[in-house]
Amino acid sequence: MISVKNLTKSFGDFTAVDDLSFDVKAGEVLGFLGPNGAGKSTTMKMLTGFLQPSSGRIEVEGLDIKRAGRKIQSMIGYLPEGAPSYGDMTALQFLHFIAEIRGLKGSQKRSSVDNVIEQVDLSKVLNKSIDNLSKGFKRRVGLAQAIIHDPDILILDEPTDGLDPNQKHQVRELIENLSKEKIVIVSTHILEEVAAVCNRAMIISSGCKLFDGTPLELQKKSRYYKAVSLHMSYAADISGLAELPGVADMEIDTKSGTVTLFPEVDASILPVITDLIHRNQLPIDDFFVEQGRLDDVFREITEAGVVS
Amino acid sequence: MSHVGTIVKREFSSFFATPVAYVFIVIFLMMSGIFTFYIGGLFERGQADLLPFFNFHPWLYLFLVPAMAMRTWSEERKSGTIELIMTLPVSAFEVMLGKFFAAWLVLGVSLLLTFPLWITVNYLGNPDNGVILAAYVGSWFMAGAFLAIGICMSALSKSQVVAFILAVVVCFMFVLSGSNIVLDAFDGLVPPIVIDTIASFSFLTHFEAISKGVIALNDVGYFLIVISVWLYAGLVIIEHKKAD
Repeated sequence: MISVKNLTKSFGDFTAVDDLSFDVKAGEVLGFLGPNGAGKSTTMKMLTGFLQPSSGRIEVEGLDIKRAGRKIQSMIGYLPEGAPSYGDMTALQFLHFIAEIRGLKGSQKRSSVDNVIEQVDLSKVLNKSIDNLSKGFKRRVGLAQAIIHDPDILILDEPTDGLDPNQKHQVRELIENLSKEKIVIVSTHILEEVAAVCNRAMIISSGCKLFDGTPLELQKKSRYYKAVSLHMSYAADISGLAELPGVADMEIDTKSGTVTLFPEVDASILPVITDLIHRNQLPIDDFFVEQGRLDDVFREITEAGVVS
Repeated sequence: MSHVGTIVKREFSSFFATPVAYVFIVIFLMMSGIFTFYIGGLFERGQADLLPFFNFHPWLYLFLVPAMAMRTWSEERKSGTIELIMTLPVSAFEVMLGKFFAAWLVLGVSLLLTFPLWITVNYLGNPDNGVILAAYVGSWFMAGAFLAIGICMSALSKSQVVAFILAVVVCFMFVLSGSNIVLDAFDGLVPPIVIDTIASFSFLTHFEAISKGVIALNDVGYFLIVISVWLYAGLVIIEHKKAD
């Protein structure tokens, strides 16, 4: 369990993290969301003991990071932003080095290194120097060093940044396979990622917490949540749609001709709409229920600074 | 402290994985050869000793050691690995010691590789090998002092060039601190006792004493203190501005 209380970090006049408090329990996969410069990385750097907080407390498993920093660091696996590693070493040398620093010895060291090589699929590049690896492999080496000692807490700063879709998928799968009893904190500015791997989402902007809940709750904040979009093959009378019970609003995209119907809060408008379509025999060629547009919610929350 | 060995191993092999160590060793051997035979006139002197060889060491180290030390921390900052190493369960002190010993070992290897000179003087005459051994030890300790200054300067800046220039300047002051160039600058500004203290900071004075064959506690101790003080300063800098 990680407990953060009134965490503040300022650099000169600039406050990067402003009075942030939250708890993370075992089994939670927390997605840290926020625009660039929101304070995500700074918070992570404080959680891993790289930066000292200006004020506030961080406790991990009941230990204060100021007093038991080293003990806490041994429980944490950390992938810093950009996955830095020693480029002149080969991937294998690097993993052995990290394993030794993590206190693994002998056969235990060999088996953890072998394990992690299999987990992140590094066997092809083991004897290449890290400088010569592609971005995706560099990121995987970074992930491998973070999980080599099977940590209880995993902190990943933008683990999928700059990867291609296949690599992103692999990284997400890896996170999903890990996180049963662990605490995982992932920072990202890619929203779909949160919906894909996290069971809790937190949005911070300018160092303040603006949202803290499940990804579903975040989706529900979108006006597009459970909205119905439809498109017709030729013009037809759609005046009845907007008057249906539960429909709050109707919008027509003039360019594509797509009609979007927004529900009132907690109303289910799908049955009444399908009924009407059947009755009036509307020429529908495309019809779908929106899941909520996270991008919109994200923009609304971070730009308006609305505290929920 | 158990991690110092691991760090030494990594840093040492990193010197040889990149051309740094090879370039250093080759240049060091070439330059010391040139200085010894052409400028120092080893043969012309007609004496079986290695004084012309050792006399040039402070000046060789002045440029070569900062060049070797400049990457120690600057590179960690630049590539971001400082964030990695500082969030592993290892203290900055252990990392500092590991980095220092690894580079000091490379310097030791370079010194050992000058053994043909030692064979030469032994072939040509009967030198006092005790004196030569003392001078080797003294030279290694002095190299350590240059190195500690270089590492401290490297901790200051992300830029290796800045680290190099700062280190050369500071080392230069330590080499020259016994000379009038430095002492005149302080003359009249501070009491004589301070000037005497500054004069006693000179690497040259202490190295010359050792290279004459006397490994006195105060000379070796002097270099050890210089090494500790500069490494400690570097440590303070690293711990206070890790993220800059």
